[in-house]
Amino acid sequence: MGLNKNQIAQRIAKELQDGFYVNLGIGIPTLVANYIPHGIEVVLQSENGLLGMGPFPIAGHEDADLINAGKQTITTLPGSAFFDSAMSFGMIRAGKVHLTVLGAMEVAENGDIANWKVPGKMVKGMGGAMDLVASAKNIIVAMQHTDKAGNSKLLPACHLPITGLHCVKKVVTDLGVFEITKDGFLCTEHAPDVTIEEIKAKTAGKLTIAADCKIMEVA
Amino acid sequence: MGLNKCVKNAEEAIHDIQDGATIMLGGFGLCGIPENSITALVAKGVKNLTCISNNAGVDDFGIGLMLQTKQVKKMISSYVGENAEFERQLLSGELEVELIPQGTLATRCLMAGYGIPFFPTPAGVGTEVADGKDTVVRNGKTYLIEDAFDAEFAIVKAWKGDTYGNLIFKDTARNFNAPMAMAGKTTIAEVEHLVNIGELNPNEIHVPGIYVHRIFEGSNYEKRIEQLTVRN
Repeated sequence: MGLNKNQIAQRIAKELQDGFYVNLGIGIPTLVANYIPHGIEVVLQSENGLLGMGPFPIAGHEDADLINAGKQTITTLPGSAFFDSAMSFGMIRAGKVHLTVLGAMEVAENGDIANWKVPGKMVKGMGGAMDLVASAKNIIVAMQHTDKAGNSKLLPACHLPITGLHCVKKVVTDLGVFEITKDGFLCTEHAPDVTIEEIKAKTAGKLTIAADCKIMEVA
Repeated sequence: MGLNKCVKNAEEAIHDIQDGATIMLGGFGLCGIPENSITALVAKGVKNLTCISNNAGVDDFGIGLMLQTKQVKKMISSYVGENAEFERQLLSGELEVELIPQGTLATRCLMAGYGIPFFPTPAGVGTEVADGKDTVVRNGKTYLIEDAFDAEFAIVKAWKGDTYGNLIFKDTARNFNAPMAMAGKTTIAEVEHLVNIGELNPNEIHVPGIYVHRIFEGSNYEKRIEQLTVRN
């Protein structure tokens, strides 16, 4: 038994630093907003045109003109700013967003990511994922370590259609934390009740266990 | 007369959109979509349309209404498939879909309004989006060359506008409406509040009226929420 989704989000939240502008993708990444460490200030970007995204509205206060990139009703926080979609991807392309957290179907040992298309299934589109991964300075992937059939999602090379090349810096899964290095996946932390042997068995890509690999701290 | 861009209603605004036209439609999901103009396009029954829009609506709202009536030949979007009829038409081959990265979509609109015919972007390098596209290498990094859009019509929705076509958007409904407003050879703006010139603060205009050709005050906005989410 590894971490649950909230614990994965909680671990990723520790990567947030004071003053960061952050883009959180749909799914587990969205949960990261619930665990922003006390004592630091971060601003959440929603790529449909908002910096300073706040929590969901109180029932009755929702506004159709105010949504996030997942099309959910949201609120703004003091200091927030609206802009159009072209400027939104302008700031992403220009590297102004410090950290991007997104989900994935596959990550390769060289940092390639596949997360937008499964051949033979209904294709919904890449949305902003290709723009984000092509330009973001720091990309952390939040995902389950294996798919529903138990196959590793940390691979020597992606099988699915690529979203971006050599872009992922770190992967946080239910089993551990993995940095992308020139020698493949470097496991720096493992989940409390997960053994190194289990991680090795479930990682298809090249894997190194850090000498100081420690137990993930999650509540 | 002169610079007065006002038309009576959506029907008049879209009167010269013909079968086979290419139309940009503003909005993100169902947020900030030109509801009145979509209703008028459905009533007019124009067919074989190419629609450039970030999304394709839901089954019974937004561009989904034009899919129900089989008026759309091709969608150019970044994220689609929130509706069953769309999926059915796509799988049966009735509907053609071109998926492009969202930032590329927005920038192809913006560049049309800036008079820049093509631009380099890193988005899509190494992916199937790059197939058939020119690339350039600068300082060791590869970029795709993307073309500015060349659309006959852009239809956008704004919060406020004046008779010269100056536009102000509200909250995240600015989204694709602002860059698309700048991109149409003919830009149609429907607004919630149409006012006389002089009533909008020039400091607060998001899209200057030079980009807008027709404007009208819409009515009966439903402003449907796609994912109502509230705090516990």
